Amino acid sequence: MASLDDLKKRITSVKSTQKITKAMKMVAAAKLKRAQDSAEKGRPYSEKMNNIILNLSSGISDKEAAPKLLSGSGKEQVHLCVVLTSDRGLCGGFNANIIKKAKSYFAKLNKEGKELKIITVGSKGNDQLKRVYGNKIIENISFKNSKNANYFDAEKVGKIVIEKFEKEEFDICTIFYNQFKNVITQIPQAQQIIPLNTKSDDQNNSEDNYEFEPDEDEILSNLLPKNISTQIFKAMLENSASEQGARMSAMDNATRNAGEMVDKLTIEYNRSRQAAITKELIEIISGAESL
Amino acid sequence: MSDEFKIEIVNPEKSFLSKEDVNEVVVPAFEGEMGILKDHISIISFLKPGIITIQAKSGEEKYYVEDGIIEFKNNTLSILTSYILNLKDIEKNKLLELLKNAEEESNKPEISDQLKYLADQKVETLKSIN
Repeated sequence: MASLDDLKKRITSVKSTQKITKAMKMVAAAKLKRAQDSAEKGRPYSEKMNNIILNLSSGISDKEAAPKLLSGSGKEQVHLCVVLTSDRGLCGGFNANIIKKAKSYFAKLNKEGKELKIITVGSKGNDQLKRVYGNKIIENISFKNSKNANYFDAEKVGKIVIEKFEKEEFDICTIFYNQFKNVITQIPQAQQIIPLNTKSDDQNNSEDNYEFEPDEDEILSNLLPKNISTQIFKAMLENSASEQGARMSAMDNATRNAGEMVDKLTIEYNRSRQAAITKELIEIISGAESL
Repeated sequence: MSDEFKIEIVNPEKSFLSKEDVNEVVVPAFEGEMGILKDHISIISFLKPGIITIQAKSGEEKYYVEDGIIEFKNNTLSILTSYILNLKDIEKNKLLELLKNAEEESNKPEISDQLKYLADQKVETLKSIN
């Protein structure tokens, strides 16, 4: 059995770990509130953007002449996957879930004999993916320095994606992120952004007659790159809310576990202290008796 | 009969402005300034750098935008923009910084005609604010 001193040391160390996890939980809770707010506030923009694009694309009569970002390059050979993860750890299964989802998708692509290219956003995803898919990662982007998800970061990623598409380096682009449902549930998502999925849930506003200035094609070709940045931004917002949520619940668990451990160790400590006292007493008594 | 319609300005971060008592909005559309009144036909257009002027019952407001898309439908004007500033809140330093960036961009030798045009517009607008 460990000595009293050792037990005491362990109790103090677990206690200070508990303090840290508790503090992290608080911080995550505060940040979660903000991230959730901005995720909610960011929604109207992407929704409106989507609506306008749907209206536009339903109005396009000649599908062949549609911009490539909308209709695709006509091939399905090279897939680009943008995996959005966090830059910091200690957030439970947050990164692992995205990676798992992405890996199963990669495996599927492999089986079908498609070519794979990966862009990782966030250093944690890069760390985990480079072991197996290191040679497929063509770019690693990290926004460690920006405090919150912001649109300019998303635009940077968007620009890289579009540039590569225009150089015909890939045919289909999918982004991976965690959708925020609530604090304990985050759903890993795979969303295809190029070519854009325009199959809407049968919106009935297709008969709206819009006037376009300049014409549809030009608007579309201006709008689609923006939409890609917007989608990425949306994913980043969802991701940051999810990250904080996941961290909060992970840290909550850790705090609770540490509490349990302290209880257990305290009982053990008291027991061995009692045992030592009893042992000493027995020694004294038996010593006295033998006189 | 009231001649008022609704305006919504959203940027990626949040819903920037929402008003219900707007009489007239002048936007810097790509092919020239465009005034929008109530019962305008449904339109989608996009913006070049310039000033949005909103005439509302509660007064006139001016905003500087760098880009954007507008959609007018059922007497609701939605403006999506990635960069917008209220002229009232704009600070001298910020303005000069924006102007400097825009001028730099416009003077880059290798940019396309369209980008050059946009950058020039930016410079012109920012100068006019000054």
